[in-house]
Amino acid sequence: MKSDAEMTWKDFEIGCIVTEPGSARAYRTGDWRSQAPRYHFEYCIKCGVCAMFCPEGCIHPNAEGHYEADLYHCKGCGICPHECPTGVIYMVEEEE
Amino acid sequence: MQVKTNILSLPTEEFVHPGTRACTGCGLAIAYRVGLKALGKDTILVVPPSCLTVLQGLFPVASTKLPCLNVTFASTAAAATGILATLKTQGNEHTTVAAWAGDGGTSDIGLQALSGAAERGDNFIYFCYDNEGYMNTGVQRSGTTPIGAITANTPFKGKLQQKKDVPAIMAAHSLSYVAACSAAYPLDLYDKIKNCMNLPGTKYFHIHIPCPPGWGYDPRYGIKIGRLAVETGYYDLYEIVKGEFRLTAASEKIVEKRKLIPVREYFRAQSRFKILTDAQIADIQNQIDAKWAKYYKKDE
Repeated sequence: MKSDAEMTWKDFEIGCIVTEPGSARAYRTGDWRSQAPRYHFEYCIKCGVCAMFCPEGCIHPNAEGHYEADLYHCKGCGICPHECPTGVIYMVEEEE
Repeated sequence: MQVKTNILSLPTEEFVHPGTRACTGCGLAIAYRVGLKALGKDTILVVPPSCLTVLQGLFPVASTKLPCLNVTFASTAAAATGILATLKTQGNEHTTVAAWAGDGGTSDIGLQALSGAAERGDNFIYFCYDNEGYMNTGVQRSGTTPIGAITANTPFKGKLQQKKDVPAIMAAHSLSYVAACSAAYPLDLYDKIKNCMNLPGTKYFHIHIPCPPGWGYDPRYGIKIGRLAVETGYYDLYEIVKGEFRLTAASEKIVEKRKLIPVREYFRAQSRFKILTDAQIADIQNQIDAKWAKYYKKDE
C-alpha cells in the first residue's frame, strides 16, 4: 500500500471503502506514551483483569501465561496498574 | 438462571485491533471491544460521526474487523433499517445488525430516526454510548450532559438543564429489550448483549462511558470513576426485558446491602463538576436518595 503522502484520489476505492479490515494495527500508538508498564511477575495470579480493562486490547498472556502489554500499541494510560488486584504492574517514566 | 460470564470465559478473539485513534484511557474502547466480542463475527455495524468514527481510524485505515457502514449523523437507525431490508431480500436471517452511536447522535440528532425504527419494530440492536457530551469535536454540551457539568459552550455556570433520560424514552416504545450498562462493568454488558440476541424487534443499550479529556481526570482512574457513578447510585445498571424491570450487577448489590457511597466523591473526582456548590450536591444527593428509596421499597 502507498503511504498517505503518495496517495491521490485515483487510488481511492469507489465510495471510499476500506478494503483491508483491521489495518490500524500497523499504526504505532506506543509513541503516545509517556509512562510504560513494568511487572513483578512473581505476584501475577493470571486473573486477566488487566486484559479485560485494557482500552487498547494490547494485553495478552506471554509464554508463561502472565499477562503482559504489547508496547508497540500500549498508550500508557495506567488503567492496568490501577485495576490489578495483586499490584503486579507499576508505571515508570519512559526514556528515549 | 443464565450462567454469568467471567473474565476467563470471555472469548479471546478480538474484533477491534490495537492501533485505534481513541484517546489514552478511552472508556468507549473497552465497551466497544467487549461488545463486539458478544455480537460475534456475523455482524454488520452502522456508525454515525462520533468518537467511534475517530476510534475506527482515519481513512484509509480501519481498526474494526467487521463490516462497518459510516452514515450521516441523523440517519443511524434508518440506515440499519435499510441494511435489514437488503438482508431480507437476500434471504439472510442470521446476520445481526448493530448500530453504535454517541449520546449526541442518539439523544439529540438521531432521536427521530431511532424512534421511527423502534416504532416499526425493526430487528436490530442499537447502542448509545453515553460520554455525556460531543467529545470528539471538543466537549460541547449534549442532551445527556448532566446538570452542573462544565463544557465548551457552558463554560462558567455549567449546564443548567437536567440530563435527558434516553433509556426511559426508548422503554416507552415498548421495546423487547432496554438495558443500561457501564464501561466499568464489561462483563455485565457482555451478558446483557448475549441475553437480548434472540429477542424480536429493536433492542436498545445505553452505555455510560468515562471520558478522560472531557470529564477532566487522569486516564488511570477511568474504571474507578465509572464504578463510582454506579456505586453512588448516580447511574443505575438495569435491564427491561419485555416490560420487566430488573437491576443488575453492582446496582443489584446496592439494593441488597442498602448502602450508597455519597455522590460527592463522584463529583469531586472530575474537574468538569468543579463549580458545583455543596448545596447543589446536597440537592442531587436528595434526588438520588429518593430514587433509591423507590428501588428499596420495590425490593421489600
